[in-house]
Amino acid sequence: MVGTAVDEPTQMQSSATVIPPRLEVAEDRRGAGEDFAALPTEISVRKLDFFYGKEQALFGNHIEIKKNRVTAVIGPSGCGKSTHIRAYNRIFNLYRDQKAKGEILFDGANVLSSQIDLLDLRRRIGMIFQKPSPFPMTVFDNVAYGLRQHYRLSRSDLSNRIEDALKRSAIWDEVKDKLHQPGNALSGGQQQRLCIARAIAAEPDVLLMDEPCSAIDPVATAKIEELILTLKSKYTIVLVTHNMQQAARVSDYTAFFFQGRIVEFGPTTKIFSNPAEKQTEEYITGRFG
Amino acid sequence: MNSHRRQAIERGAAGAPLCAVADVRYAPPRRRSVARRKATDLVIKGFSWIGASFGIAVMGFIVWEVVVRGAGALDWAFFTQPTPQDVTSSAGGFANAIVGTIVITGVAALIAIPMGFLGGVYLAEFGRNGRIATGVRMIANVVMGVPSIIVGVFAFAIIVKPLQHYSGFAGSVALAFIMLPVMARTTEDILNLVPNELRESGLAMGAPRWKVTLGVICKAARGGLITGASLAIVRVAGETAPLLFTVLSSPYWMTGLFGPGGFFGGPVANLTKTIYDFSGSPYPQWQELAWGGALVIIIAVLGMNILVRLLFQRGKQW
Repeated sequence: MVGTAVDEPTQMQSSATVIPPRLEVAEDRRGAGEDFAALPTEISVRKLDFFYGKEQALFGNHIEIKKNRVTAVIGPSGCGKSTHIRAYNRIFNLYRDQKAKGEILFDGANVLSSQIDLLDLRRRIGMIFQKPSPFPMTVFDNVAYGLRQHYRLSRSDLSNRIEDALKRSAIWDEVKDKLHQPGNALSGGQQQRLCIARAIAAEPDVLLMDEPCSAIDPVATAKIEELILTLKSKYTIVLVTHNMQQAARVSDYTAFFFQGRIVEFGPTTKIFSNPAEKQTEEYITGRFG
Repeated sequence: MNSHRRQAIERGAAGAPLCAVADVRYAPPRRRSVARRKATDLVIKGFSWIGASFGIAVMGFIVWEVVVRGAGALDWAFFTQPTPQDVTSSAGGFANAIVGTIVITGVAALIAIPMGFLGGVYLAEFGRNGRIATGVRMIANVVMGVPSIIVGVFAFAIIVKPLQHYSGFAGSVALAFIMLPVMARTTEDILNLVPNELRESGLAMGAPRWKVTLGVICKAARGGLITGASLAIVRVAGETAPLLFTVLSSPYWMTGLFGPGGFFGGPVANLTKTIYDFSGSPYPQWQELAWGGALVIIIAVLGMNILVRLLFQRGKQW
């Protein structure tokens, strides 16, 4: 079992007056005390290579994303963190010069195969982006977007599910009187939680979060981190973050990326207290990055 | 950052000490003269002012002249009576020409705006930098630069000649041909302003590309798109040359769709060609009507421009 310094970094304690108290996280749920191999796997990545045109950005990535766990992806800028998770839902297909090779096994099928139904894949693997990106419509319609896309619902069922998604995203109290106002009238942090509500309303299995807190303030960040901890009981979360404290606070497992390769992957407590690789240690101690 | 410094930092990343940078000593740089900088600023500002004032002055002069000479013609009859049949009749207005211009321009918009919009969507969302899109974009840019009288001749060749008669419809086609590339390129430019995150967010919800494009991207850009479409209409509303070979003009009201006086059947009265004919006539009362017509066009075009920009200023952001 590992030191408490990782679970509650000192800088968070000093600003405790500003940031609301976060959920207590039992140490045995932080990846250290459990049998990794015995946990059910949600996504299994094998030999993933990624290319921007002719330039290779990822080299033989190999990782197992465990069900109902938060897997953090850390590493210096440009190391391929975002590129890596953008392969999971094939969002990179929007750009014709981007290509992925290898295997990303999800529910028994290779996500990268041409036979995969992209629309259903993206329903099952939701994504939250760095910049909050509410659609140009009301709060209600934002959350309804995925629901209407994928399900036939009665009017009352639709609004129940929207309420539920907003509640689970811890934003209901703030928007319940603004459901029919435009989504981009909300504050940045609220917009991001709205995007989370929009993603989870469609009942995904996995949530990919690509630096979800980098564009919002510390208080909103704390709310989203808290939210991540509650969401993992229902979803598998992959969190790309620049913020190592954030990775330490919310994730169970951490993968350290450097120059397109996964240098180290393991329980978060181990990565942050006793990394096996020298590069990992240098990065988390702030020697570079 | 100079290369030495960068190398030093890269070495630092590899574990070597970073302090090599601190040893470099620079002579204190000579300050630039503030007086000179201010003088340059003043000169550039001055020229900009002169340039801007010249443009505004010419525009102001045109509007002033047209208002002074045309205002007198704008009475009730001007907006209710058709153009005078002969010199002797004192009564007469431009009502048939106004209606004709509205119909011809409206039909042109109906043809060109949906097509141009879809073309712009293709360029911005689907074709992007592909070979077809690059070709289409280049052709659109060239067509935008084609003199409008050439477009008139083109419409003459494909519509007037085979049908053996002039028609309002031929004019609409000519105007649509001018609007089409404008609309497509404007749509493309406006859609390109929508940030990619929004596209990705839409697709990440599992929505098909067309749905994201229409329901999210175009919705985000709707202000700009409406502005673009309105400006495309305004752009052709005052065209004369394309109508010379296609619509001619007529001293009568348009009589329905077909037949010699109809939209598809023969020449249709329209503002610009009538202004052209009347301003060249030797009769002072006709000339005054032409000034009145010019004033109406200027007010309409200017008014629509201002109105559209006021209404959809927000759309410019995206």
